[in-house]
Amino acid sequence: MKIWVFAESEGDNATTATLELLTKAREIGSVECVYVGANVDAIAPQLGEHGAAKVFALDAGDGLPGVIGGAAIAGLVEAEQPDLILFAQSGDGRDAMAVASAKLDRTVLTNGVGLAADGDTVTVNAAIFGGNTLVDTVFDGPKPYLAGIRPKSFVAEPGGAGAGEVVRVDSVDAGRAGEAKVLERHVEEREGPKLEEASVVVSGGRGIGAEENYKPLVEDLANMLGGASGASRAIVDAGWVPYSKQVGQTGKTVKPKVYLALGISGATQHMVGMKGSDNIIAVNKDPEAPIFSVADLGIVGDVHKVVPALIEALKNRG
Amino acid sequence: MNVVVCVKQIPDPAVPGELNADNTLKREGKLILDESDSYGVEMALQLVEAAGGGEVTLISMAPNNEVSGLRTALAMGAAKAVLVSDDALHGADALTTAKVLAKCVERVGGVDLLLAATESTDGYTGTVPAQVGALLGWPALTFAKHVELGDGKVAIQRQTEAGYDDVEAPLPAVVSVTAGVVEPRYPSFKGIMAAKSKPVDEVTAGDLGLSGDDIAAHQNIVSVAAAPAREAGEKFEDDGTGFEKVVAFLDELKVI
Repeated sequence: MKIWVFAESEGDNATTATLELLTKAREIGSVECVYVGANVDAIAPQLGEHGAAKVFALDAGDGLPGVIGGAAIAGLVEAEQPDLILFAQSGDGRDAMAVASAKLDRTVLTNGVGLAADGDTVTVNAAIFGGNTLVDTVFDGPKPYLAGIRPKSFVAEPGGAGAGEVVRVDSVDAGRAGEAKVLERHVEEREGPKLEEASVVVSGGRGIGAEENYKPLVEDLANMLGGASGASRAIVDAGWVPYSKQVGQTGKTVKPKVYLALGISGATQHMVGMKGSDNIIAVNKDPEAPIFSVADLGIVGDVHKVVPALIEALKNRG
Repeated sequence: MNVVVCVKQIPDPAVPGELNADNTLKREGKLILDESDSYGVEMALQLVEAAGGGEVTLISMAPNNEVSGLRTALAMGAAKAVLVSDDALHGADALTTAKVLAKCVERVGGVDLLLAATESTDGYTGTVPAQVGALLGWPALTFAKHVELGDGKVAIQRQTEAGYDDVEAPLPAVVSVTAGVVEPRYPSFKGIMAAKSKPVDEVTAGDLGLSGDDIAAHQNIVSVAAAPAREAGEKFEDDGTGFEKVVAFLDELKVI
């Protein structure tokens, strides 16, 4: 089976989600990538180390990488005949899978957390109803099959042959979609480890009460524990913290050693993003909050009392 | 400025979801306006008001000619709606939904901007807006947390994993908005009364020129199982010493 992975990067590094997909794909069959970006020379060796034998590369300039990538994939399919195309469930990955799906007239199965192939039968496992129910779906139409996979579904491990052969794609017919331009990129400043990679994550929700409480309650505790600070969708939508901190269905998936949920009730869309944590600690006023159903340690109490006392105790330990 | 908004009518998310015997989501009974779509409706109303002319049209696909959710959005101030209801669309996948919505946009005609939520609350595939864009051949700008119109263009702030990007495209275009983009208004009593008589154009897939393979979902659910449950651990009422339990647990895990 020939598998394509829509590869993405952050600076000069392939994203972890991309490397996870490559690691899984090489278990199933032969692997090639489609990559959109000016820095393919830096990225291709990393893709190769994780199993990509070939990298189709194009530079979208100031176009939207996902949209251009989806159009490029659709244009290459007839000549290259991939059987299965995998996308990470990221912002650009979602654009790419949607555009490829529409242009190729193929169903795309989204939000996968597992993938299996048996001969020509490809099964995508996805969680519905906030992660309470798992559904296996198989493709039954013509190939290529398209699947979107959530980050952290697989573990990335090197083991490929090395630098993948780079094949440059000169032109892509994205039509009017190519008229969308990225004028400027704004990167939020971050201290400490990345949210997706931190071994401790401290997240705050509505229960912290106000925007100004985020730093002293959530950020300071995260810093003391050498961790990263996160947030529920509610306080991102309220504008208290940027989207880059959002944990959940629409935000980031985290699987730290310890996840502390402060004033988070545990809406299903939040749980999907943090349920895989090794250990969960929850502090919430409401004893009936759903977050307690997944917490290894639950404190029914006021975050404004429990957290300052906790920070004080940690300080005293030195 | 004519703005079309995709609105989904969904089973109440507060009630646990259920599957039919064919593993499709149960959608019988009253459906409500997906809260995620109230942001697109509000954004559309504000953009049309700012432009000083034009109207907001809703498009929706739902079983059993369901209009409850549409009436909510009409009560907020949208002028009219197109509703696609057809048994042939039962179990439609995201691409089929996108084909239906793209045909609706063509049916409305003279559309400058199509707004949609980033994803629906029930199915959350999150691909429909960009699929509709690709089918119409329009630029699609996704994950907008801020939207502005001007000079034949739409400019957005697009949320990214690292921050946000300023992105713009010429009209007509598709934009998907996040829940933080605007604060949706509550329908007024006057709005609710007026909504009852606003026109809803009810059509079938056939009326839109879609049939057979156009609307066939090439996927097959082969198994449904309960996810391994995560056991709840210990829960303590805070009596002023709750923090000690947290310290002890972090200690045990060797995090501190």
